[in-house]
Amino acid sequence: MPCLRKMERMIVSMQDPDMGIKMRNQRLLITVIPHAMTGNDIVEWLIQKYGISEEESLHLGNLIVKHGYIYPLKDPRSLVLRADESPYRFQTPYFWTSTKWPATELDYAIYLAKKNIRKQGDLIEHEKDNYNLLHKRINHTWDFVVMQAREQLRAAKQRRKGDRIVIDCQEQAYWLVNRPPPGAPNVLEQGPERRNCHTTRVQLTKNMDYYKREIEYCRKAMARTRVKSSICLEGYIKFNEQYVPHDPIMSGCLPSNPWITDDTTYWAMNAPTVTIPTKLRVERWGFNFSELINDPLGRTQLLEFLKKEFSAENLSFWEACEELRYGEQSRISEIVDSIYQQFLAPGATRWVNIDSKTMERTLEGIKTPHRYVMDDAQMHIYMLMKKDSYPRFLKSDLYKNLLAEAIIPPETKKRVFPFMRKQRHSSPSPALLLPAGDAEERSRSPSTAPVPEEES
Amino acid sequence: MATEGLHENETLASLKSEAESLKGKLEEERAKLHDVELHQVAERVEALGQFVMKTRRTLKGHGNKVLCMDWCKDKRRIVSSSQDGKVIVWDSFTTNKEHAVTMPCTWVMACAYAPSGCAIACGGLDNKCSVYPLTFEKNENMAAKKKSVAMHTNYLSACSFTNSDMQILTASGDGTCALWDVESGQLLQSFHGHGADVLCLDLAPSETGNTFVSGGCDKKAMVWDMRSGQCVQSFETHDSDINSVRSCRLYDLRADREVAIYSKESIIFGASSVDFSLSGRLLFAGYNDYTINVWDVLKGSRVSILFGHENRVSTLRVSPDGTAFCSGSWDHTLRIWA
Repeated sequence: MPCLRKMERMIVSMQDPDMGIKMRNQRLLITVIPHAMTGNDIVEWLIQKYGISEEESLHLGNLIVKHGYIYPLKDPRSLVLRADESPYRFQTPYFWTSTKWPATELDYAIYLAKKNIRKQGDLIEHEKDNYNLLHKRINHTWDFVVMQAREQLRAAKQRRKGDRIVIDCQEQAYWLVNRPPPGAPNVLEQGPERRNCHTTRVQLTKNMDYYKREIEYCRKAMARTRVKSSICLEGYIKFNEQYVPHDPIMSGCLPSNPWITDDTTYWAMNAPTVTIPTKLRVERWGFNFSELINDPLGRTQLLEFLKKEFSAENLSFWEACEELRYGEQSRISEIVDSIYQQFLAPGATRWVNIDSKTMERTLEGIKTPHRYVMDDAQMHIYMLMKKDSYPRFLKSDLYKNLLAEAIIPPETKKRVFPFMRKQRHSSPSPALLLPAGDAEERSRSPSTAPVPEEES
Repeated sequence: MATEGLHENETLASLKSEAESLKGKLEEERAKLHDVELHQVAERVEALGQFVMKTRRTLKGHGNKVLCMDWCKDKRRIVSSSQDGKVIVWDSFTTNKEHAVTMPCTWVMACAYAPSGCAIACGGLDNKCSVYPLTFEKNENMAAKKKSVAMHTNYLSACSFTNSDMQILTASGDGTCALWDVESGQLLQSFHGHGADVLCLDLAPSETGNTFVSGGCDKKAMVWDMRSGQCVQSFETHDSDINSVRSCRLYDLRADREVAIYSKESIIFGASSVDFSLSGRLLFAGYNDYTINVWDVLKGSRVSILFGHENRVSTLRVSPDGTAFCSGSWDHTLRIWA
């Protein structure tokens, strides 16, 4: 685990004789433990080294302790970092989590057996359960387990009390990480196995085909038009600047953010279909054509405008093509036919004006209808609306009136009793709007399906 | 024949060297147009002020690790999935649970809300992606109307509806992505090219609606053409040191290169999921150290760190109108932040 290696580098720098934590003797009741530090020392050092806040430092320190790289001398049963005078020590590399020598059942059994003997059977509940479980499972080697346990306890008795305490704490910390008590998070858990390039199960043998593909990809990529970084990044910044006033997290929103004040007026006023839209919303339609066409209300306004210009069939054609693109595989022929009849056939009631080349290609293509057969025609009409109708729309009286009549919601009044939580109203689920049969109808039309309005 | 074998080896070697030299030339081409760094261009932009975001809702109800979540277009409902096979639909504003399904597998790593709000999709260790229509009828068992749509040969890691309820895009541990017709379960297009498990995908908000990006364990981000199944662009993290798990990277598609890295020495765990705020100025990233870091995309600095979760943050998404974001965690809960 790469994060463990990073953690170890951190640990190593914490123990640096010059720049690391100043270690001293710490007193544990009457025993003196050398080479130890306080919780405060750890937190302070992290603050200084990384320029972070105390909260972040405490959090980071806690992670280090949870992973067993630093252990507490007082209350060794809980791997928690306390930002006080509690004594801590660095774990010996032998027990480092990344060493990964398998923490076997046998090792764990010996550890529990030692504890059992020392505490004369008074183990904590989950350790008692584990002990009994292991006793059953590896019963055949139990004599060996007890013998090892006794031997290790005997050897320990010959050490100084300080050393004994340290070794006990080291071992305890190790087992807390490798056999966490129930309820405690298991820091070693990784989730289902994910293979990377080094242990891939994907068939990617580097044979001739592989290199031929690489070469082809490189050739295509070389031919790609690239844009200078300065232009791209300026473009990105311009986008930010344009949208920041519309970004509720950055700029807040009027009347208020529903999540903060529990007032859903913001959602009601910005529902897909309202009588009078907000000013910000109408302004946004002026940013670019996709903002207008992708907002259900914007789209209806666009339709109104196109009707005035007698080119409403363009929008309908585009919508029908979207239905083809994103519709069911089984309905492709049906939809293509319907599009042809309505928009492309000579004398069609809503004939769309596509250039002859595209029309020819499309008519040829619909002989073998597929999902993308209308792409060229759709793109042509989309560009027509975008480059031609849209600029006129923005200059039109229709749009100017929309802007003038658009509302700026007043800020939600601060509640007289702010500590009394406002009632949080529920709203009808989109799935409830129509009975089951119609729900299928509705799920058919891509993204134009109106989303239910909120109760205000 | 021995002579044939020799001939083949020569061609293999020459192909390999040709590929490698082309790669080098490609890098040179990319570098030619890189005339400025993001933080330099961003110098004229005002720095962000103090940033306060808090947990506004905590959704409790999953019995195990939350692995994935998605927002409904109504801006308040969400679907979430967890390790124990449970998929729950919440009205996160009221914190009420509205639907619950128990999948026949554990580790449901992917879930998605249909654009209409009438169905959800989910999958995981069952290697499939299934669609459940949402029903409120008391006698109806949601599992009864379940549709099995996608079939992969390994775990499902991500799924997303395209512009309608009728198409689903999936990513899998089998190294591929795929586009499916929901009604018939037919495979419409498959996308091969990743050298290892694919972990996530996202659709491009383009006017033509033709591309999506996927990220894999092969350290590559690949941009795909949905029509042809071809990879049109790819980005690789050039980290020779496998040990330095750099946090998040930003790639510009037009410039065709990496333009920013978001990392901090004190952050030693990797990020599991990211999303932008509406304006793209902020990047929210959920990490395996239980925190969420908020980055200023332009300046490259860390604006804020959010504490609250008690285990890994596994999933994070900004709401459709940008008023909040939701994080899901291995601590069994989801949180809404604003």
